[in-house]
Amino acid sequence: MVNGQLTKCPMPIQDPKERIHNFGEVALGYDEETAVREAERCLHCKNAPCMQGCPVGVHIPDFLRLTAERRFDEAYAAIRQTSSLPAVCGRVCPQETQCEGSCVRGRKGEAVAIGRIERFLADRHHKGGENSALPPRNGHRVAIVGSGPAGLACAGDLAALGYEVTVYEALHLTGGVLVYGIPEFRLPKSVVQREVDGLRARGVQIITNAVVGKAFTIGELLGEMGYEAVFLGTGAGLPNFMNIPGENAKGVFSANEYLTRINLMKAYEEGSETPVFRARRVAVVGGGNVAMDAARCARRLGAETFIVYRRGEEELPARREEVLHAKEEGIVFRTLTNPLEILTDGEGNVVGMKCIRMELGAADASGRRRPIPVPQSEFEFEVDCVIMALGTSPNPLMARATEGLEVKPRGEIIADESGQTSLEGVFAGGDAVTGSATVILAMGAGKRAARAIDRYIQGK
Amino acid sequence: MYLILKKEYLNETVIRMEVEAPLVARKALAGQFVILRADEKGERIPLTVAACDRVRGSVTIIFQVVGGATMSLARKEEGEYIQDFVGPLGNPSQVEGLRNVAVIGGGVGCAIALPIAARLHELGARVTSVVGFRSKELVILEKEFRALSDAFYMTTDDGSYGERGNVCIPLARLLEGGERFDAVFTIGPLVMMKFVAKTTEPYRIHTVASMNPIMIDGTGMCGCCRLTVGGKRVFACVDGPEFDAHLIDFDEAIGRSRTYLQFEQEARERHCNLFKGGNRNG
Repeated sequence: MVNGQLTKCPMPIQDPKERIHNFGEVALGYDEETAVREAERCLHCKNAPCMQGCPVGVHIPDFLRLTAERRFDEAYAAIRQTSSLPAVCGRVCPQETQCEGSCVRGRKGEAVAIGRIERFLADRHHKGGENSALPPRNGHRVAIVGSGPAGLACAGDLAALGYEVTVYEALHLTGGVLVYGIPEFRLPKSVVQREVDGLRARGVQIITNAVVGKAFTIGELLGEMGYEAVFLGTGAGLPNFMNIPGENAKGVFSANEYLTRINLMKAYEEGSETPVFRARRVAVVGGGNVAMDAARCARRLGAETFIVYRRGEEELPARREEVLHAKEEGIVFRTLTNPLEILTDGEGNVVGMKCIRMELGAADASGRRRPIPVPQSEFEFEVDCVIMALGTSPNPLMARATEGLEVKPRGEIIADESGQTSLEGVFAGGDAVTGSATVILAMGAGKRAARAIDRYIQGK
Repeated sequence: MYLILKKEYLNETVIRMEVEAPLVARKALAGQFVILRADEKGERIPLTVAACDRVRGSVTIIFQVVGGATMSLARKEEGEYIQDFVGPLGNPSQVEGLRNVAVIGGGVGCAIALPIAARLHELGARVTSVVGFRSKELVILEKEFRALSDAFYMTTDDGSYGERGNVCIPLARLLEGGERFDAVFTIGPLVMMKFVAKTTEPYRIHTVASMNPIMIDGTGMCGCCRLTVGGKRVFACVDGPEFDAHLIDFDEAIGRSRTYLQFEQEARERHCNLFKGGNRNG
């Protein structure tokens, strides 16, 4: 029976007044009854537009039906057929532009809360504990570089096919952007750890503190180290800046730096040796998820916080839920505003920002309306910290260290649909290939590359 | 976890540690650095490789106790472990083809200058070393420098040992006397490197400074180590750590190095009592 309710079952959340003082998860998750009721809202459309909206084609109507029938284990298994990281994707996917954006229920009322149900199923499954049997080994070895979503997905699928997989990670913790970038209140690190533990249980070896390209080269991995293929899931780490005056002043940070100090190094915790800048008024420049994450962290550290974005509110690329949560937390949005200069005192400390108002003109190549400066609308506003969240470019380290690995002018590794790069036996996927994108696209690329690596090795 | 094989004090606050890290030792070259984290709650800090033993699989670091992170590291003893130790990071010093080189080290920077001088000496270059310290009791690595230098100059700020003044004085004298180095390498406090660059600039001698800004990941991700060199933004971790000293915006780098000064002071106070209680070897 279809639940005719027009709106999603509400997600229980931490009260904004409370949560601006802690880093605990904001959205608390559906319970069993709510998940079932929400799943019953699905109309089971024949053509399943939701599935077409999903970058990895998760069997959404199937898992919703199984949830409605309370066959939760089977529902989880249906997701796992095409997704490696349901607990993560259920939390951080931009569902409103993907599966839920295509949901027929959304035409009159709200779409089915597909992401929330996915999260419920994954969390429920993990509470039961992982009991995956080790698949039989096929005797072939593959090295994965980087333990972010692309690398983890690729490693998981190859391990399931029987490959002996080693993941090399440059940082001291596993998870890539899932641990250094996305804050605890949006994606608890215990959720990432579960995924990593699951991989280990399936026989994947993970080596942290190992910088491929420095400690050893791709040539060595494929040569004396005995791997038959390498997957590069090195992400897009290099932060972009605006190239405006004052950008190297004290109190200006890339979102990567600010978030890494907080998420990876837990600088906000008592006893952490890592410093984090304690600001009074923070401007975060940018409108994506990373900008929201940085602003919400700054808020939790006690700062009055502003989002400064050159286009309008409609154009904010962040997930709608993050924008909503940020507003609930008292973050002020200064849209149609572009920074021109960061103002400093005599000692190089940030004291303010000079901005110009913008208006929207005709649509540009990205399909969004192009922001145009309004003449003589410059103004200054007082801040003591500026965080630049303007996207990232692929890390140059790997390409510089690897002769013959072809990259685009901005550093993206050139790879075909399957992940094949210009070097034999070397595959790549995720942000390292596309530039900064989403967790689910990276995961999908990791999975495609796993299939391609399997074909490549079996075809040798 | 990375075993501390050997620990010794070079002066009151400068410690030399040999750490078992075969992955790093395999490839590390002069000029490169590691990032380490002493404990689970530790900060990631960059330290330049002072020496490495490929046979023993060990890397030697030399560091000065300045803030919370180095205090935690200083409390570690031989036989204990460092939580994380990753490298080699950054690009090696460009020393090939140089015949006549000056290496200018200041304070604990001498620890980084030494492997560069050693590499040059090994390649058969004529090495002139100029090392400077605040006073006699802070002098480190004198014997090591003398052993591989064709000419050696020592200065102290207070004149308690060697020549009174800073490293620029003997350097300027050499240059005025007609000495024409192929290159000058300078490693030390930012202010010192700035003045070394100013001293060599009129003579158009290629001068290289090794920069050691605040870093987190050391692989190009955090953007924390950004510098302005020749008007362009660079990242010390992936583009450096060595740059043309005549093009570096030292004043900006000095400003940025003070971002967490207050935090460091607080950390020092927090650690102070603990540190006094620590054991000492050597």
